[in-house]
Amino acid sequence: MSQPFRTEKGGRIDRGQQLTFTFDGEEMQGHKGDTLASALLANGVHLVGRSFKYHRPRGIVTAGSEEPNALVGVYRKGDQTPNLRATQVEVYQGLEAISQNRFPSLGFDVGAVNDLLSPLFPAGFYYKTFMWPKAFWDRVYEPVIRAAAGLGKPPKNPDHDTYGNIYAHCDVLVAGSGPAGLAAAVAAAETGAKVILCDEQAEFGGSLLSDENATIDGKPPAEWVRDTIVKLQGMDNVTLLSRTTAFGYFAHNYIALAERVTEHVSDPDPKLPRERLWQVRAKEVVIASGAIERPMVFPENDRPGILLADAGRTYLNRYGVKVGNKVLIATACDTAWQAAFDLADHGVDVVAIADLRETPPENLVAIAQARGIRVEAGCVVTGTLGRKRVKAALLGRLMTSGQVASAGQVACDAILMSGGWTPTVSLYSQSRGKVVWDETVGAYVPGKSVQHERSAGAAKGLYGLQATLEDGYAAGEAAAKAAIGKEAKVTYAAASGGEAGQGAVLGALPHDRNASRVKAFVDYQNDVTAKDIKLAAREGMQSIEHIKRYTTTGMATDQGRLSNMNALSIASGALEKPIVDVGLTTFRLPYTPTTFGLFAGVARGDHFDPVRKTPSHDWVVANGGVYEDVGQWKRTWYFPKSGEDMHAAVARECATVRESVGLFDASTLGKIEVVGPDAAEFLERMYTNPWKKLAPGRCRYGLMLNDAGFIVDDGVIGRLADDRFHVTTTTGGAPSVFATMEDYLQTEWPDLDVWITSTTEQYAVAAVQGPKAREVIAPFIEGIDLSADPFPHMSVKEGTFCGVPCRLFRISFTGELGFEINVPRRHGKMTWETLAGEIEKHNGTAYGTETMHVLRAEKGYIIVGQDTDGTVTPQDAGMSWAIGKKKHDFVGKRGLERPDLVAENRKQFVGLLTKDPKVKLEEGAQITVAQNPATGTPAEGHVTSSYYSPAMGRTIALAIVKNGHALHGKSLYVPMPDGSIEVEVTSPIFFDKEGARLNV
Amino acid sequence: MSDLLANDVITPDAGETPLLSLPDVSILKAAPMTRLSLRLRKAAIPAAGEAFGANLPVTPLGAEISAKRAALWMGPDEWTLLAPEDELQAVFDGIEAKLDGQPHSLTDISHRSEALIVSGPKASWLLNTGIFVDFSLEKFPVGTVTRTIFHKSPVMIWRTGEDTFVVEAWVSFMDYVAGILVESAQELAAA
Repeated sequence: MSQPFRTEKGGRIDRGQQLTFTFDGEEMQGHKGDTLASALLANGVHLVGRSFKYHRPRGIVTAGSEEPNALVGVYRKGDQTPNLRATQVEVYQGLEAISQNRFPSLGFDVGAVNDLLSPLFPAGFYYKTFMWPKAFWDRVYEPVIRAAAGLGKPPKNPDHDTYGNIYAHCDVLVAGSGPAGLAAAVAAAETGAKVILCDEQAEFGGSLLSDENATIDGKPPAEWVRDTIVKLQGMDNVTLLSRTTAFGYFAHNYIALAERVTEHVSDPDPKLPRERLWQVRAKEVVIASGAIERPMVFPENDRPGILLADAGRTYLNRYGVKVGNKVLIATACDTAWQAAFDLADHGVDVVAIADLRETPPENLVAIAQARGIRVEAGCVVTGTLGRKRVKAALLGRLMTSGQVASAGQVACDAILMSGGWTPTVSLYSQSRGKVVWDETVGAYVPGKSVQHERSAGAAKGLYGLQATLEDGYAAGEAAAKAAIGKEAKVTYAAASGGEAGQGAVLGALPHDRNASRVKAFVDYQNDVTAKDIKLAAREGMQSIEHIKRYTTTGMATDQGRLSNMNALSIASGALEKPIVDVGLTTFRLPYTPTTFGLFAGVARGDHFDPVRKTPSHDWVVANGGVYEDVGQWKRTWYFPKSGEDMHAAVARECATVRESVGLFDASTLGKIEVVGPDAAEFLERMYTNPWKKLAPGRCRYGLMLNDAGFIVDDGVIGRLADDRFHVTTTTGGAPSVFATMEDYLQTEWPDLDVWITSTTEQYAVAAVQGPKAREVIAPFIEGIDLSADPFPHMSVKEGTFCGVPCRLFRISFTGELGFEINVPRRHGKMTWETLAGEIEKHNGTAYGTETMHVLRAEKGYIIVGQDTDGTVTPQDAGMSWAIGKKKHDFVGKRGLERPDLVAENRKQFVGLLTKDPKVKLEEGAQITVAQNPATGTPAEGHVTSSYYSPAMGRTIALAIVKNGHALHGKSLYVPMPDGSIEVEVTSPIFFDKEGARLNV
Repeated sequence: MSDLLANDVITPDAGETPLLSLPDVSILKAAPMTRLSLRLRKAAIPAAGEAFGANLPVTPLGAEISAKRAALWMGPDEWTLLAPEDELQAVFDGIEAKLDGQPHSLTDISHRSEALIVSGPKASWLLNTGIFVDFSLEKFPVGTVTRTIFHKSPVMIWRTGEDTFVVEAWVSFMDYVAGILVESAQELAAA
């Protein structure tokens, strides 16, 4: 079988290039220039899918992106992309496509039983399942609905394609390249404005590519398109984007375009992205999205072989494909007559034109008669026959009484229908514009512009080739004038033919059938019938927004572009309200389904988020360190020696630091340089502690609160000079602390002569901690006397490390003698590796964040965000000592005086020791007074940190507990699934309570 | 590199192989340099420029260049000063001495970031794969400098020639920035 429905000649396909593709495994031929839909039709295939709910056989209805039925899966590189519209899939050599929503095959589908059971699935049946019987939901409704829901199968493998992204700016963006869009682009481009013209189709030209009768400037429309595109291609200020859908219109004329780069190519270069997201900021936008034809709502209007009239004309003229051999035209609009004439001229038997109107235009009737086409006026289709392909139509005569009388049956293998045209207002609607009802157009058209945009041509309900071209030119001129203030003289092209068609119909058509037994579809993809909408109205739905959700009409991938107007009309009749009072749903992005890959772009794998590494990274990798992610940072968790698990490694690291020395990478800590004459005053206001009397060369622990009085960050701050402080913050808090400081400086205290600079990445920081810390660093430090007297705990001095400048802090987060060596970051690797070599000599160890956590917990040092949760005050944390009592003010001071913050019974920071020293508590576990509290008893607090402590030879834990400070020595309980654990409340300082080890 | 201004400050790192070398765009790592963050009040602007050896630009997004010096506008009271790596101490001390008594903040940030030199006819296209700034010459003429976002990383962009940009990011973000730039450029090598 070789394309029996291909015309002898004509069309824009390349007849010289024959391509082989498969559909459900069956090999077929097509041509370059075909869509999958046109190629299938050329092979006589109309049945391409099963409907969503009733599994009815369905065929191709349209020739555009609004296609509701022909959703297919396409195999590529071993995986399948589901739900592509066959009308948009371009045929290439070897294309493998499959139908969907059928089992076991498209021809025989067991799901079709739903069609017979349809009384069980009325409108809103999904919501009704919520109502009764309750027990059915878990075991019956949910599993069944889940199994039945969804179209197509998701791909199984990671996406093998790449996706590009580009930000672009232009003066005028034109969306759509039909007559209005092309004219607008030309007019705008002539002014010198930067123009982007995009069109979702493979070729520019829109409806002009389907019109063989009209002429523009004396040329066939397609020739005029070609010449116009050649002209635009030659202009530097014009970007032409075919296969590119403007799918989202956001605030401030920010438009998202999806460009399909390689989808149409058989074997694309893997370096090319599959698709590219264009994020365009356009000064002005011309929406030239055209109009689409409306289906007619007659019984069994969904059989394969029933298409929109204009689609039939497009398949004929653009693709050289006849939709059938015996075609019935069912219409209420003049434009379908041209389809009939074109078909007849290509030798197709047009069995009849059934026009709803009592008196169709005489000139059309005359042309039809000249071609010998039977014309039935005042005639509707009242039903169709044929299961997998329409084989006959029932006709009915409209009576003056409003009744319909049977007018016999007519055999046909295709029906082309037209209920008139609906302007595509999706982009306008996305721009936040409110459409208005235009009685003369019989449709909703764009109202006032909310953003810098204008619709042109059929998109605003203006039809007829000449009028559309003129409107396009005018729109392009106006857009360019608004964007760049320039005008240009453009000669408008003159068209002949392509006159606007008259006539339209909305809503369900009358028929003589048993209304309760027939299905007349309004929304094909979601299987919504005219009956469903009437039922929704009867069941109390008043607004179209409710009817939409109850019936799912308009919720398919075309967002109701095909179905909305018919649904509105039916609802309007059922509710006995004018159509404008029923309302209209809002079109939202994306205009057509858009891949996840397009949105993800490069944000996958290692590039999902920045992976921030410290200068010790290579050494850590080489030495088997195990990383944990701390925000974007990679931090070493622990360093297992061979055979060690995490517990053993951490226990060894902890013991080694306390016995000899350990090396820790503290580079990720936030660092802020605060400089200026008012630096001390500024810190005085930002932190709870006093700073003015801190001498240069000394450090102090700083506690930062928010306005409410709760702890938000902490860190050691060293004073380098009268007007220069080196502030450290937590790793995770660095950006927010910096932003908070900058906020206060700019908005509250612009008078202070002080500035902050982030130096987090200026310095690499190696912490050397343990009794032998001084011996380890001494050989490399110059310019600083390391002995305890000139350089006591909590000091900072500048000197050199191996000859490179360093800021040396004597500080400790372990409770041991400790130094933190800050070197300019590029020297961090050298510093780390030098120290790593040196600690070997002292039987020391590198240690990770887990050991750091254990060592600080042994000392009762809090970690903000772990031991605090945003509701902990300094008093709660047992850190009243950190508050400068004589200070006039600081951020959070007034918050701390709030009644609830000074009330009794606040949760306070304590230590917990389990009665059984081997039992380790779960972090986050709740704490109660009773051993076995009744269900619903509020907790007294929770465990915030819990570890095995090598120094204590037992487990330890930190917690916040109601009135905890007064409970030292008392017993509480931690109820767990396998029994309650008794704990004793203690001071949070477990080890070296006097701090003797720090001051050596 | 012919159109690279301040090419005595921003120089390709001699020891490094190019991260990307395509006919239409290349990416080179820049050699280390002195970077200082200078903050001060309006009155001190002339003195600071004199001490540094290049005027502090007061036009937003502007840059001022002289021999071995570049002053980049970062904000109404903030400049990044660039100089050769080995002149750090001299530049620092010179400005401090001159501004003694005038409120200011001078902070060494030489090591905080790294710079890439992205050049070629497709350089601005490549940057626009991750940066929303309009890099047309009318909107972003040679000499323009700005802080912005490249995908999820803060960056600084300085146009030093029609087809040449300096891209700076904090060191730990540079793998991310350079990695995505190289990845995004791959399609330019497609047949």
